[in-house]
Amino acid sequence: MFNRNHKEKAIESVLFSVSALTVVILLLICLFLFRDSLLLFKDTSLLGFLTGKFWYPTSVNKQFGLLPLLFGSLLVTAGAILFAVPLGIACAIYISEIAHPKVADLMKPFVEILAGIPSVVFGFFGLVVLVPIVQNSFNLPTGQTALTGSIMLGIMALPTIITISEDAISSVPSTLKQGSLALGATRWQTIYKVVIPAAISGISAAVMLGIGRAIGETMTLMMVTGNTAIIPSFPGGILDPVRTMTATIALEMGEVPQGSDHFHALFAVGSVLFIITFLINLIADYIKKRYRFKVD
Amino acid sequence: MELSAKTNESDHKVIKVHGGLSMKLNARTSEKIAFALLSLAALIVAGFVLMILAYIIYYGYSAISVEFLTEMPKRMMTQGGIYPAIVGTLILIVGSMAVALPMGIMAAIYLNEYAGENRTTWLIEMAINNLAGTPSVVFGLFGLALFVKYFGFGSSILSASLTLSLLIIPVIIRSSEEALIAVPNEYRESSLALGVSKWQTIRHVVLPAAVPGIVTGSILSIGRVAGETAPILLTGAAYYLTKLPDSIHSQFMALPYHLFVLATAGTNIAKTRPLQYGTALVLLMIVLGLNIIAVLIRRHYRQKLKI
Repeated sequence: MFNRNHKEKAIESVLFSVSALTVVILLLICLFLFRDSLLLFKDTSLLGFLTGKFWYPTSVNKQFGLLPLLFGSLLVTAGAILFAVPLGIACAIYISEIAHPKVADLMKPFVEILAGIPSVVFGFFGLVVLVPIVQNSFNLPTGQTALTGSIMLGIMALPTIITISEDAISSVPSTLKQGSLALGATRWQTIYKVVIPAAISGISAAVMLGIGRAIGETMTLMMVTGNTAIIPSFPGGILDPVRTMTATIALEMGEVPQGSDHFHALFAVGSVLFIITFLINLIADYIKKRYRFKVD
Repeated sequence: MELSAKTNESDHKVIKVHGGLSMKLNARTSEKIAFALLSLAALIVAGFVLMILAYIIYYGYSAISVEFLTEMPKRMMTQGGIYPAIVGTLILIVGSMAVALPMGIMAAIYLNEYAGENRTTWLIEMAINNLAGTPSVVFGLFGLALFVKYFGFGSSILSASLTLSLLIIPVIIRSSEEALIAVPNEYRESSLALGVSKWQTIRHVVLPAAVPGIVTGSILSIGRVAGETAPILLTGAAYYLTKLPDSIHSQFMALPYHLFVLATAGTNIAKTRPLQYGTALVLLMIVLGLNIIAVLIRRHYRQKLKI
């Protein structure tokens, strides 16, 4: 008996240790990103990096300014979210509230496939299909623009927004809906006066995670946004090439000598990206927990 | 006319419903318009998927042949096949799943079967959520700093597989947890009531019942490994190799990176378009094939449960 208890305890400890490894991995990511980033700030000031307007990593007067890359990421993400959020939420409402169950079952694999398509395939599709379309319809010197990136990114963020909003909408208790319908409200009135308000926390979390997904996307943007590191003007800059933080890391890491300023600067960009997505995840988590709809 | 109603729920939520008899017709019309718009949104989303699939399949189909799948690239990758890229991607799948699968399932078992509601559990859940939302290029940087540099594994299959495994561990944990939650508590209780120990119960009762769900989730994460580019770009994928990798310390070619290179940096981008379409199609087929297998497994076991 004693032996058996021993074994049980040992197994539990092993399982616990493996779970705790996730926390260790997260800490290690912080440690290793920040460690290499800090080496940049021996020569460049932190403020200079965060507020620098120029990213000239290879010229004689090297400048590592984050702003062009940060604004590039923000512009492309904002454009993507602007159309992915309404479209995604509408699609989620359709699947969970309106569609015949058989149609809903048919739609779900579509969303899963969209989530499964590799980002490099999206990028390739954007490059050969969307880039020429954007170039011709706006008469631009190049079709590789922030707008092109936004459109592709919006499509890619859809599955995240749809699945999480759909979860939130379907977990609204049906008693609420029946109460509203019994009072003579139409199905649509019930949806937008009762169901959506009740599911709003889950939907907000879906939007946050969609933003997180969009801001971290790399390959697609590298292939369709033209990668010009200049602070984009607003709103005209949507038709100019931009360069995001993610694309900068992936593009330049292959060519920099390890341990150089440039190498550390790319880690600093990565740290900023990590901190941004970390905050987005925390906020999404908080919204979900804080306002979780109390069923029963 | 405005009606307000109190539901029987204990949360005392007050719901206001606008509209009365006089507005009925109006409400019906607006419902029709709203439903039409919502259906349109769903159609647009389905349209995106079909368009991308149809395009890649249509143009990639003619590029695919036995030679394309089994030959090395030739003439600076302007001709020949993608054999080494396929092999590289398969090696990455095996390598990263070998690490991530046991770890992910073990963590899921702990979280669903053992963990109490306390600070530590909260911390672990928080870490998993954050890892799941961390951009893949950040994992790439981390893999570069930890595996390539710090552990000295260099740009290699080993570094890239380990990096990818970290990326999919949260995915496997989440899907395995869902599979475990779906196992009815009666299973556990009746086993425990017979005097079977907790671990024995998990091992012989809970896990077998959860296997289909776990397998489905794992298959979907294989698709993720096959398609990720940014992390392997930083940890060991090679632009072009003349031979297959001979150990886990070699660099490798992989399908997604190969497609990226051909489409953006090849010697003759326009001329190699057919190769690009072909590579994209092979990659897409792997991911789609895995998706279909996952759906079939899910459906098979769902029907079995009904009987």
